[in-house]
Amino acid sequence: MAPTSAPRTIVVNETVLEKNDTVAHRNRALISSWRCLAVNMLSSPGSGKTSLLERTLRDLSPTLPLAVIVGDLATDNDARRLATGNAPVVQINTLDICHLDAGMIERALPEIAPARPRILFIENVGNMVCPAAFQLGEHVRAVLMSVTEGEDKPLKYPTLFKTADVVVLTKMDIAEAVGFDRQTALANVHAIAPQADVVLTSARTGEGLEQWYDWLGQRVEKEYVNGDARQRSAGVS
Amino acid sequence: MHELSIMDSTLRIAIQHAEAQQATRIHRITMRIGELSGVAMDALTFAFEVLSNDTPASGAELEIERVPARCRCTGCGKEFTPEGPIFTCPDCGELSATIVQGREMELVSMEVS
Repeated sequence: MAPTSAPRTIVVNETVLEKNDTVAHRNRALISSWRCLAVNMLSSPGSGKTSLLERTLRDLSPTLPLAVIVGDLATDNDARRLATGNAPVVQINTLDICHLDAGMIERALPEIAPARPRILFIENVGNMVCPAAFQLGEHVRAVLMSVTEGEDKPLKYPTLFKTADVVVLTKMDIAEAVGFDRQTALANVHAIAPQADVVLTSARTGEGLEQWYDWLGQRVEKEYVNGDARQRSAGVS
Repeated sequence: MHELSIMDSTLRIAIQHAEAQQATRIHRITMRIGELSGVAMDALTFAFEVLSNDTPASGAELEIERVPARCRCTGCGKEFTPEGPIFTCPDCGELSATIVQGREMELVSMEVS
């Protein structure tokens, strides 16, 4: 025990999530060494992340090596839904933690590595608040919102939408039935996230999926075809 | 409630620094939290009270400096403080996506003994 001394000030000036960011940087470097694009997929629960991934794996995995890491508080239901083809799927159960963090991804990557995927989808815990702050090592962020969630979703969750590289509108096949106002929704997405591309999809009918696949292809190309992997300074920048 | 994770990291850093300086008590922790960080102040304070129990920071004061949002217009390059979540440039009306300030989550300093 050190002797008691007079109160004094220590200057720290450290980013609180520095440790997470360091691990995220390491993850990104490893994933980039496979010439793979890591896509962090974020949305509220039930917006269709798993359905979009099921369909994406079915359509793309015959010609492109893919892999999935899926985070949920509990159950391996999503992993079982996704593990029907040749793409490796790793389920992370966060127990009571409301987001994935870079350490969880680091521990999952050895299981993914042998497959040498070209795209690694990371399905985050369904939550539009907490996951926004945690870089995982992704190259891009896809934020999903279904037509049943209200056109003002971006206005309600601006912090997350402002980090999106692409906003994927889902369940377009039921847009009319639920009175979805497409123009208002697109205007809200653009107002909050002018940096993001937008694709309108239905995993059930296949509507818009070509645009989703094209977008992914373009990002793989942008990362790897035009020279070495671009170093992204921060996932939340 | 990711504020629990954020406070857990904060306290780990704080205790590490205190130990390195041979301090046994932390009396005050000063943080900088940006308005666009997505961190709720009430939840952060609550997390501090819960997690600091039985640590050298038990009973310490948590001081939080809020950092206002600042954007740079992608059109004309002007820096401005946005009003509300839609970052419209007050000069040219362009929507901006470049955030120059407001995402901070930092442990600034501590008072220890």
